[in-house]
Amino acid sequence: MRPFDYMRAEDLQAATEAKGNGATVIAGGTNLLDLMKLEVMAPERLVDITRLDLHNTERTSGGGLRIGALVTNSDLAANPDVRRNWPVLSRALLAGATGQLRNKATTGGNLLQRTRCYYFYDTAMPCNKREPGSGCHARTGFNRIHAILGASDKCIATHPSDMAVAMRALDAEVEVQGSGGTRRMGLDALYRLPGDTPHIETSLAEGEIITAVILPPPPTAATQVYRKVRDRSSYAFALVSVAAVVAMDGARIREARLAFGGLGPMPWRDGEVERALEGQEPSDALFDCASDILLRDAQGQGSNDFKIPLARRTLKAVLREVTRTEAPA
Amino acid sequence: MQTTLKINGESWTLDVDPRTSLLDALRHHLDLTGTKKGCDHGQCGACTIILNGRRINSCLTLAVMHDGDEITTIEGLGEPGRLNPMQEAFVRHDGYQCGYCTPGQIMSATGMLDEVSQGWPSHVSASLEGDVPLSREEVAERMSGNLCRCSAYPGIVRAIRETAGEVSE
Repeated sequence: MRPFDYMRAEDLQAATEAKGNGATVIAGGTNLLDLMKLEVMAPERLVDITRLDLHNTERTSGGGLRIGALVTNSDLAANPDVRRNWPVLSRALLAGATGQLRNKATTGGNLLQRTRCYYFYDTAMPCNKREPGSGCHARTGFNRIHAILGASDKCIATHPSDMAVAMRALDAEVEVQGSGGTRRMGLDALYRLPGDTPHIETSLAEGEIITAVILPPPPTAATQVYRKVRDRSSYAFALVSVAAVVAMDGARIREARLAFGGLGPMPWRDGEVERALEGQEPSDALFDCASDILLRDAQGQGSNDFKIPLARRTLKAVLREVTRTEAPA
Repeated sequence: MQTTLKINGESWTLDVDPRTSLLDALRHHLDLTGTKKGCDHGQCGACTIILNGRRINSCLTLAVMHDGDEITTIEGLGEPGRLNPMQEAFVRHDGYQCGYCTPGQIMSATGMLDEVSQGWPSHVSASLEGDVPLSREEVAERMSGNLCRCSAYPGIVRAIRETAGEVSE
């Protein structure tokens, strides 16, 4: 590991100032220290924010939930209010990593974790994300875990989080603190597609730090499911995952909110898929139609071609489950 | 940098390079070599310790981040001649072969049983609410952060379930 200067932030202002001056923020450290040992990341200064007062989860005046950026993945998954009212979030968290890692990993850090693309991790390889302009060998190399939606010819890496997929389906907003004050944005605004600049992954400004995630009030009368498909049954990243929050109105789908992991460079959501389902009676034909819309621009790179039919089958299985629709015989 | 750690009930003040992982601080600065270095990347669990009551990978955190924190290592659970029940159960059920992963397995299992006693669900729990019966499947899921290359898993699972009171000897 390269040498670095370490400072512990005593308050949020000191943390945002340090980050504005080029320091890298460390909290749980489970991803950052892994990357620093491999010298994929080599920050010259670390600012430790773990002593800041961002450890609480509490209801907002509007009935939503404010999750402090330093709440650990295990505390959030076990939170009784989350288990009861936002179960898709608990399920997504419990599907990720291991007991030890979830005890350390934080809410803010989980959102900002880096891709597990093999080429990003291997400093002997070119990678446009790690070293802008150096090229991408994933497109023509091993790309079993890579994106089929939202990628560019510069980068086909996926975002690895499970938690963020559930949060995207729940319309979560991120609260961000910078020198200019506080602002809030959805996850669609937090993350950026790779385009020609895959090294710029978020819209956070230099001195901005995530302070909380805000969930709107719990969806009423909705079924919430998180389904994750992976290469082994525990401690593996998603090949495809689906977070579904679906409410029925009699025999028809009243509201469908669907987010996907493993498919793109950010937790993926497509409003057209949801609009195709809403107001309709559930059926396999309808679910096929929704899958067609989701995958209309999907592009495999060879080893990850299987993700296209896998995404279709996983989405259909989840939609059958949340609408209690039998599979055709 | 100076940092003070409370390890197995005793306070130690160390002067470490900021790069020093908590694992290396334990092994190289304090000679507490019961905690093992396997992969050094959080994948194998050999370095598992209990930090402020929670099991973590000591390889993936910096010693300087833990000034004032309380740490329990395998040495703090028991020693030859006065093993704790989990350690005894691992011996009784052959929960190891080469033994290298064993301290991490035992620390992880100890932290895991505490999580179960607090009613934490897991990925394989049918319900997110209520008591969790510690089935073989639950143990396997909750211990997936600890690898054993000798594959002593059947004995490890038996030792853990017996200590939890799920099965009798």
